[in-house]
Amino acid sequence: MSDDTTHHERYGPAERRMVRQMADAETQMLDQLAQDDADCECREGMFPGVSRRGMLFGGAALGASLLSSGQAAAQAPPGAIEYPVQPDSTKEQGRLILDDGGYGSRSQFENELRWRYPTDSLDSSWSMTPLAAGMGIITPSGLHFERHHGGIPTIDPEKHSLIIHGMVDKPLRFTMNDLKRLPSVSRTMFIECSGNGLSEWDKPTLKTVQGTHGLTSTSEWTGVLLSTVLKEAGIQDGAAWILAEGADAAVMTRSVPIDKAMDDAILAYGQNGEALRPEQGYPLRLLLPGYEGNTHIKWLRRLEISDKPFMTREETLKYTDLLPDGKAREFTLEMDAKSVITFPSGAMRLPTPGYYEISGIAWSGRGKITGVEISADGGKTWNKATLQEPVLDKCHTRFRMPWVWDGREAVLQSRCTDESGYVQPTLAELVKVRGVYSVYHLNAIQSWHVAANGEVSNVHA
Amino acid sequence: MFMRDKLRQSLAIGALALTTTALPAIGQETQGRTVAPLPAEIEETTELVPTSPVADSEGTADAGLESNFGLGRAATEAEIAAIDIDVMPDGRGLPEGNGSYAEGSSLYEEKCLACHGENLEGIKELGAPALIGGRDTLGSDKPVKTVESYLANASTLYDYIHRAMPLDSPGSLSADEVYALSAYILGRGGILGEDAELDAQSLPQVQMPNADGFIADPRPDSL
Repeated sequence: MSDDTTHHERYGPAERRMVRQMADAETQMLDQLAQDDADCECREGMFPGVSRRGMLFGGAALGASLLSSGQAAAQAPPGAIEYPVQPDSTKEQGRLILDDGGYGSRSQFENELRWRYPTDSLDSSWSMTPLAAGMGIITPSGLHFERHHGGIPTIDPEKHSLIIHGMVDKPLRFTMNDLKRLPSVSRTMFIECSGNGLSEWDKPTLKTVQGTHGLTSTSEWTGVLLSTVLKEAGIQDGAAWILAEGADAAVMTRSVPIDKAMDDAILAYGQNGEALRPEQGYPLRLLLPGYEGNTHIKWLRRLEISDKPFMTREETLKYTDLLPDGKAREFTLEMDAKSVITFPSGAMRLPTPGYYEISGIAWSGRGKITGVEISADGGKTWNKATLQEPVLDKCHTRFRMPWVWDGREAVLQSRCTDESGYVQPTLAELVKVRGVYSVYHLNAIQSWHVAANGEVSNVHA
Repeated sequence: MFMRDKLRQSLAIGALALTTTALPAIGQETQGRTVAPLPAEIEETTELVPTSPVADSEGTADAGLESNFGLGRAATEAEIAAIDIDVMPDGRGLPEGNGSYAEGSSLYEEKCLACHGENLEGIKELGAPALIGGRDTLGSDKPVKTVESYLANASTLYDYIHRAMPLDSPGSLSADEVYALSAYILGRGGILGEDAELDAQSLPQVQMPNADGFIADPRPDSL
C-alpha cells in the first residue's frame, strides 16, 4: 500500500499501523485469488474464492507470514482431502467408507478459510470468518473467528478444573466430568469481537465482508448455566462482579457483572454438537450472550466473586472506547444491533444484469432481530427483507430479498431493528457522537457500491 | 518470543517435510510458570463422589431440583492461593515484597528492553506497544494510549506484568521484580520519582494522570 498515509492520519499511530497491515493482508489475499482465478476458465466471477484451486493453501501461506504463495499447487485445501476426480463417477465404484479415518472432511473443491490479521506477534492475533460464503446462520466450527492474546493452549481435559472462590459460602472446584453431570443447556448465539470493523471508522478500508465484518460467528453452544454452578457455591451479599480467568499464556481476565452471570451466562464445553474447538477454548469457555467477544473467556480455569470490578488490562487499556473529548467509555459490554449484506458484497462481480437474491445476516446483543430493511439507492428508499427462521435471541439471523439489477450503479445497504426498538445507525450518526478513535463497537450501516460493470466495492455512502 | 516465532515460521515453511513429531519441541522450549502455576492435578482417591441429593437410593433423579447437586468438591485454600493472582485497584491481592526504580532499571534492560525499547517507546515490528508517553493526546487527533497516558490504576500495570509478561516467559517474575518494574515504568513516565519504591501499601496510592478519564456506558440511551 502506498497510499496508506492519507488513509488513516486521523487514527493514533498504533491503530493506523494496524489498519494498514490489515489492508495489506487482504490485498495480498485478493491478489492471490486473482492469480488463481486466471487459471480457471470456468469462473463466473461472482464470488471471490470459489475457483477450483482457490486461495491460500496451507493456511500457513497467508496465515503465518505470506511466505510461499504459489507453492502448494496440488494439495487439498485445509480441512479437505485430495481425491482423484473420476472421469465418470457412474461407471466405477466410489472410494471406500471411512477413507477419511472416521472424521469427515469437506469437499476438496471448497476452500473458504479464515484469514489472519497480520499482527507482528503471532502469539496475539486474530482471524476472520469468511462471511461471504456463509449459508444459513451457523458458522462451521473450523471457520469461527479467533482472537488469541497468548497463543492457543493445549489442555488435557482430565487435568483441567474450574475453581470458584471469593465472596461465596463454599469455594468449589469442578472437574470437567463434574460440570458435564450438571443440568445442561444448549443455545445458538453469536459471538462478535467489539473490534469488528475497526478499520472502517474513517474511510472504507478493507475490500471484503470478511475483512469488514468477519469478527462475528454463530455456533450452537452446550454447557451448564453459570447460575447453576454459582448457586452451588452460594453467592454472598454484596457480591457484584465476577472475574473470569483463562488458562492461556495471557491468563486472560475480564470482570463480569454478577447479574449477567446469574442471568444467562453459560459454562460451555460443546460447540455445534461436539466438544469445543481448541481455538475456541477447549475444554471450557465462558459464554455471555450478547456481550463483546473478549469477555467470553476461553480455557476458563477460575471465577472469583467480588464486590468491585478488577480493572484488568483488557477492560482498561483495551476494550474501552475513546471519545473526541479524551474521555473513554468503560465496560461497554453489550453488542448493539448490526447487519450486513453478505451477497453481493465487496470484491465480487455481478456477471450480468438480472435477478439476484440479496442476502445477509443481522444480530443484536439485546434480543431478537425484528426487522431488516434493504436499500439499493444508498438509503433513499427502503424495502423490507424476509427474515429466515429461526429468528433467535442474540443470534445471527439470515435475511434475504429478491432484486433485479438493471445494470446501473447502485449502493446496497441493510438496516436492522431489534426487539428493544433499537435501529442500526448510519456511520455519520455514530461518528457524530463517538468520533473516529473509539476503535470498538462500530455497528453502522454498511454500504456496497455496485458499478455498471458489476464490480462490488466497499464505500461510505 | 523470537524463538517461538522463529520456530513456528520454520515449522510453517517445513510443514510439508516435517512430521508432527517436531511439534513437542515448542513445549520443551517453555519453562514452567514459577508464579501462578496451573492447579496441581487432582489426586486419585478411593473415595466415592459424595452422594448426590438429586438421586435417591433407587437412583431416581428429581428433575425439579435446581441446586445442591453434590457435585464438585471444596477448593482448598492452597489450591486457590496458587492461582489467585489478580490485583485490584484498592490493592487487594498485592503480595508481600517490594522493588525500587533502580532495581527495575536493570531488570527492564534484562527482561523488557528487547521488545519495549530503550526508552519504553515500544518496537512496532515486534508488536510491543509503547509504555510511556502520549499524555494530553487523548482528546487530540492523534491519541496515544500508554500506561502513562491512559491507565487509571497502577494495579492494572502490576497485575498484567505479573500474569502475562515477559511474552517469552509469562508468569516467571517474582513479586519483588514486578514491584521494581512497576516503579521503573511509572518513574520513566514521570508519575513517580527516580527514587521510587513500591510495595503493597504504596502501589495503590499512586495517582495516575488519567484516573478520571473513564465514564460509564451510556448506551442504549445514547449512541
